[in-house]
Amino acid sequence: MGRAELMARRVPSGPPPPPVVQRIRLRYAKRGRLRFTSHRDFARAFERALRRAEAPMAYSAGFSPHPKISYVGAAPTGVASEAEYLEIGLARVVDPVQLCTAIDAALPDGLDIVEAVPAGPGSLAERVQASHWRLELPADHAAVSGAVAAFLACDSLEVERPTKGGTRTIDARGAVLSADVSNGTGHPEGAPRAIMELVVRQVTPAVRPDDVLAALRRVAGLALVAPPVVVRLAQGPLDARGAVGDPLAADRAAVTTPL
Amino acid sequence: MESLFPKLEPLLPRVSKPIQYVGGELNAHTKAWDAVAVRWALLYPDAYEVGLPNQGVQILYEVINERADALAERSYSVWPDLEALMREHGIGQFTVDAHRPVAAFDLLGVSFATELGYTNLLTALDLAGIPLHAAERTDEHPIVLAGGHAAFNPEPIADFVDAAVLGDGEQVVGAITDLVRDWKAAGRPGGREQLLLRLAATGGVYVPRFYDVTYLPDGRIAAVRPNRAGVPERVSKHTVMNLDEWPYPKTPLVPLAESVHERMSVEIFRGCTRGCRFCQAGMITRPVRERSIDTIGSMVEQGLRATGFEEVGLLSLSSADHSEIGELSKQLADRYAEDKISLSLPSTRVDAFNIDLANEFSRNGRRSGLTFAPEGGSERLRRVINKMVSKDDLIRTVSTAYAQGWRQVKLYFMCGLPTETDEDVLEIAELAHDVIRAGRRATASLDIRCTVSIGGFVPKPHTPFQWAAQCDPQIVNTRLRKLRAAINSERSLGRNVGLRYHDGEPSLVEGLLSRGDRRVGAVIERVWRDGGRFDGWSEHFCYERWVSAAAAELRGTADLAWFTTRERDGDEVLPWDHLDSGLDKQWLWDDWQDSLGEFEQDDCRWTPCFDCGVCSNLGTDIQVGPTGRALLPLAPSAPRS
Repeated sequence: MGRAELMARRVPSGPPPPPVVQRIRLRYAKRGRLRFTSHRDFARAFERALRRAEAPMAYSAGFSPHPKISYVGAAPTGVASEAEYLEIGLARVVDPVQLCTAIDAALPDGLDIVEAVPAGPGSLAERVQASHWRLELPADHAAVSGAVAAFLACDSLEVERPTKGGTRTIDARGAVLSADVSNGTGHPEGAPRAIMELVVRQVTPAVRPDDVLAALRRVAGLALVAPPVVVRLAQGPLDARGAVGDPLAADRAAVTTPL
Repeated sequence: MESLFPKLEPLLPRVSKPIQYVGGELNAHTKAWDAVAVRWALLYPDAYEVGLPNQGVQILYEVINERADALAERSYSVWPDLEALMREHGIGQFTVDAHRPVAAFDLLGVSFATELGYTNLLTALDLAGIPLHAAERTDEHPIVLAGGHAAFNPEPIADFVDAAVLGDGEQVVGAITDLVRDWKAAGRPGGREQLLLRLAATGGVYVPRFYDVTYLPDGRIAAVRPNRAGVPERVSKHTVMNLDEWPYPKTPLVPLAESVHERMSVEIFRGCTRGCRFCQAGMITRPVRERSIDTIGSMVEQGLRATGFEEVGLLSLSSADHSEIGELSKQLADRYAEDKISLSLPSTRVDAFNIDLANEFSRNGRRSGLTFAPEGGSERLRRVINKMVSKDDLIRTVSTAYAQGWRQVKLYFMCGLPTETDEDVLEIAELAHDVIRAGRRATASLDIRCTVSIGGFVPKPHTPFQWAAQCDPQIVNTRLRKLRAAINSERSLGRNVGLRYHDGEPSLVEGLLSRGDRRVGAVIERVWRDGGRFDGWSEHFCYERWVSAAAAELRGTADLAWFTTRERDGDEVLPWDHLDSGLDKQWLWDDWQDSLGEFEQDDCRWTPCFDCGVCSNLGTDIQVGPTGRALLPLAPSAPRS
């Protein structure tokens, strides 16, 4: 309105919220049918679990205080994961093992807290250099191997990713460090199954398994009769041999005195 | 019973929001199929995000699953994208708990909060492989049982349901379960027909096939009569008389998907005797029965522990009317002050007390919007509908609200009310302008917002307006356009008023389904066959489809207009007259006449009984406090820091 408001603005009363005295990093898994939870769905469920577990959360200040939670890049909706990470800030020092058990018990089965470690120095997000994915593809081993060979022979392969506003062009090849194909086993109907394991470097925007599948379709016409079952096995630092390590290893190694 | 999930799972990546179909919510149950005698599928015929928070379904789900001899699983309407894939892959309507086929259950309970879910019932039946017409079902099909407010006139869906139950479900669901269990244990004597007869003979379950409807040459109903022995002339609603004994849901479901109510709800009383003449809920849920403050306190505590929700809604038809709402809100706000738990209540009353409550609930939170519902634009119209609010009261109340830091006031009205004229509706514009002026005076700021929301009025069965002519949608649309122009006629005020309304056409269809009789079933079926789905959603609703289906199926005098915009006479047999809500028909008629005379009716909680008939007909009584009690202290074993 361009005019100074005379109305007295209400401000939150009372003392400022207690500070963060401990940071804990959690590894969690998204399994089975609950792999269909989106990241937003997980975040709501996790905040409720924190309250049920009576975790002594630290909150932001203001009229609508938020618990201190920071997430590291989440797996896409529909993709299972054994290795998702987040960090929480607590107003009171707790035993991480007990906290881990209590939060896990407060979450539905299929959203599982795997491990809790007090945060050491350094940012968790910066330790995530790559992701290890496992894709179970309803396709013939030879067809997948051929497509992957053609894919790896390229330097770059642009694919269109559908987004809310239209499409986005992404290079699905450059970030892929390795792509190994093996035979799937034990499928009851005997339909062909191939297992593809991908190691993908963390880039912006992130290259997802779907982008790689779109590239295989583009480069070799690889078509799937049904959606693949995809799981993230690991994300973390890259070692010299191109394997993905444990991002919490550095925290475990650090002296675990509270901040 | 085999799970359909392995067949469903590969389809889920191809549909929107797949999480809504997978179940696995906190506090969901999956019981062993063979361990129980009676199996209920509970269908909410709308999308999961709407159906999951529904209190009725959650209560029945828990009450049934607490029994050792029964199980209940939930099912919701699937969106058209999944419906198409399910048809392509031969997957039937499933429950989200164990993904069992709905067709395999003994009973399919369907909760109708609104009539606009009728086409979704047909989708679910058809996907389940259950014949749409009750008459074509055999012993292998579930008994399809309707409940919810729309079940107070189930005649439009009489062809599709086997039975309907009126009123509170907590106790009758147990009685039905017992009856089905005993019938199964006895070797299902007489098959489906005998089971339905046993249910009908209780007097508390309406089985449409056991009643014949005859018509007069002019299209009106001549009579509705039982067509066999042992079936009562009238079927009564059910009333739970001690809500403290039924503190459900104890462990509310917590969805992973985002739902329309991201909070935990605790019902603080049931019924309402404010007597708003348009309000079906208030009429059919009488008498008022309060939960006591200590039961509410323990339900809130137990529910929060079971769910982790951060907001608690204190539900009822008019929550500020609880006899101990002041103490209740203060004590709850004190108890949870440290826990970042917020409290809310649907505020509808227009008075300063309501603002005190709202302030209590937002002690240290954001004061965003306060909602009031004057419902009628003019004082004259508010007398017609028995919503006693004067303009001065309203202005005084909103001034207080703005002065105490509330930024926005929302006002709810209806359009198309009986006796309404253009002038009544245009008074809403004056009121909105006065609200803005009052807000500016109270805050010395120009930055004041007021939102006016308008819904189309639909006359409902078992209300004094059940005889009224529904307003033609074109008149409603014209009045709302005039209202918009009037609000904007003073730019400096109008720019701070937001006006929200929908076209009147969906209300006319709701009116057809609300006051229709058995002849309307063919219209519903034709609309559904023509692709009608999710009629409560504006992006799916198609008015032309309903109009053409009504034109094709309703031949003769009783056409779409006859069912909707026609005023009924006092001696007309109404399609729901044989369904007893407890309300005396003569009292309803007298209240309708009082309405036309602009006479108001007081609330029987504070004035002598005015003989609406409910308590005397059904042997019930008002249960209100104050009890003078307080929240029970929390158990020492469960300290809260």
